[in-house]
Amino acid sequence: MQQHAMMDVFNITALDYASAGDASATIKRKLKQLGIDSTVLRRIAVASYEAELNLIIHSMGGTLTLSITTTEIKLVSRDVGPGIPDIERALQEGYSTANAEARNMGFGAGMGLPNMRRNADDFTIESEMGKGTQIQMRFAI
Amino acid sequence: MNIQELAVLLNATIAQEGEDMTMPVSCGYVCDLLSWVLAHGQKGMAWTTVQTHVNVVAIAVLMEMACVILSEGNQLDMASLAKAREEKLAVLVTAKTSYEVCGLMMRAGIAPPQA
Repeated sequence: MQQHAMMDVFNITALDYASAGDASATIKRKLKQLGIDSTVLRRIAVASYEAELNLIIHSMGGTLTLSITTTEIKLVSRDVGPGIPDIERALQEGYSTANAEARNMGFGAGMGLPNMRRNADDFTIESEMGKGTQIQMRFAI
Repeated sequence: MNIQELAVLLNATIAQEGEDMTMPVSCGYVCDLLSWVLAHGQKGMAWTTVQTHVNVVAIAVLMEMACVILSEGNQLDMASLAKAREEKLAVLVTAKTSYEVCGLMMRAGIAPPQA
């Protein structure tokens, strides 16, 4: 396993819709400065925004961690709960548990996790009720 | 067609100027589901929506869109407008419906996004 050359941790606050996208914009800016290929950059931007939004809409707060090595970009989303009761169902396109507020804003299309999985080269999700959810996404560069 | 010309075509007011209003529009799109837009958004896109909150700006900037078109006279809230100004994102407001906006854009030769 290669040492991570750079790591950034972004704190994401539950229900803070006004700041949604700030962490993803910073991530994208940083990767663009590093000269990451625009196609890969776009995939990372979509995945990070969905992860950030999921933390805001569904979690009790958490972090988004960006790690950069010479061969890959890794994004890890960690939250402190409440956990996903049925991961298989949550991964289905169109399935959403978003509340009315989120839906009124145009979220809750049930595309968040599918968009993350589609855009990452490697996607893993673990969740425990009462403890939290961890999503790890890797992108080859 | 560039952003400035598109504003004229749609009889739109420019709620916020973009960094370069002569930037060509690469394709057109309409959708109010933000995750859907994230999956299909493209660089240079002109995106029509009735959503007006700050995440519209965040997504348009993330996707490096040419502009956002708010249909049926919808206006960005103050926070969103401030964000659009900060990010230099072009925002057009038109009284036309999203349906009319799409019709006019198609007729003017603005293509749908490429898969």
